[in-house]
Amino acid sequence: MNRKYLRGVKDGMPIALGYVSVSFAYAVQAVGQGFPFWFPILVSATNFTGTGQFAGTNLIAAGANFGLLFATMLIINIRYTLMSLSLSQKMGSGFPLWQRAVLAFGVTDENYAVAIRQPKQLTFSYLIGLMSCSFFGWVGGTALGAGLSSLLATVLTSEVGAAYYQLLMSALNIALYAMFVAIIIPPARDDKSILLLVILSVGASCLFYFIPVLANLPAGLEIILCSIFCTAVLAFLFPKKEEPSVENAVQSNGAFAENPSSGTPFDPEKKSATIADDTSAANSADTDNAEGGRK
Amino acid sequence: MNATLFDMLIGCMIMFAVTYVTKGITLLFFRRDIKNVYVRSFLYYLPYSVLAVMVFPTILFCTSTIWSGIAGTAVALLLAYFRRGLLPVSLASIATVFLVEWLIYLF
Repeated sequence: MNRKYLRGVKDGMPIALGYVSVSFAYAVQAVGQGFPFWFPILVSATNFTGTGQFAGTNLIAAGANFGLLFATMLIINIRYTLMSLSLSQKMGSGFPLWQRAVLAFGVTDENYAVAIRQPKQLTFSYLIGLMSCSFFGWVGGTALGAGLSSLLATVLTSEVGAAYYQLLMSALNIALYAMFVAIIIPPARDDKSILLLVILSVGASCLFYFIPVLANLPAGLEIILCSIFCTAVLAFLFPKKEEPSVENAVQSNGAFAENPSSGTPFDPEKKSATIADDTSAANSADTDNAEGGRK
Repeated sequence: MNATLFDMLIGCMIMFAVTYVTKGITLLFFRRDIKNVYVRSFLYYLPYSVLAVMVFPTILFCTSTIWSGIAGTAVALLLAYFRRGLLPVSLASIATVFLVEWLIYLF
């Protein structure tokens, strides 16, 4: 029990480190938008998701209506449904409902990517170790960012200090966007249809950004409209046929042990495997997933 | 910012509810495989489109000046192209923006 838990914690460590910086930036941005310091902490502790929090917080700041918030969160987070589906197959039937209910909260792109690559069937102890560790990093980074930015905002009253604070805030603004770039580009390099999708999506997004009539639509609506439209076109033009599973490919590299219990690999599995493979050829599941997956 | 305390609390609750349900629904209840190839493809592609729409062109305008935005974006694209991880890309992009704006501030 304890050993498995500790192994999970150890695997979660690099994820937690990665999370600290991202959630720090998230909190700084949220406080910079005018939220009280407790708000990003509350959101991080209850949501434990990157992209969704980022978008949701922006929508709340913009005063968007709750229906739009709901729809945007759904769109952004729908991928978790597939990840959980494949995780559930790797977990087998030994998990009572309450354990599944707890573990569901900890499903993130990175936790998923690490968990799904474990050679053996997953245990509750291991998953709890993994998820609690990365959760600690996520909430800790948020608290740090929220605490420091409100502290900084009050302490730095000198002109030069304020200017540098402005510089720092401005620089941190780009953190999450840059991270998303790092998520999109490598798979777009490997998969022409993803590249086409990205180009299409950026084009559509630019229309909504620069054409005044469209730009006046409620904040966040363009995310739903553009992504559903572009994705539907892509899925229709280039449906993903049943591909040779990445797990098999990975196994044939000799990097991972036999894993007959993992069930049918789903597409997100391929995606995160692709992403995870980008970061490191070392194939150490412990280290490369921290940056390899997607929060 | 337009949000009231009510907006924040209800907003956070909605975010939590949607996030937890999307994470949990299949883990808790669904054990079967989605067979429809279009639905599967749609769900497979969706995150990339969502991210691309969110990032561009906003990333260019998210900093104090367009120039630091362009520089930060360029660095992020370049490093991502060479398959750097999320953290290095993010940090390098932050550093670039800071550097460019620092130079603008100094001169």
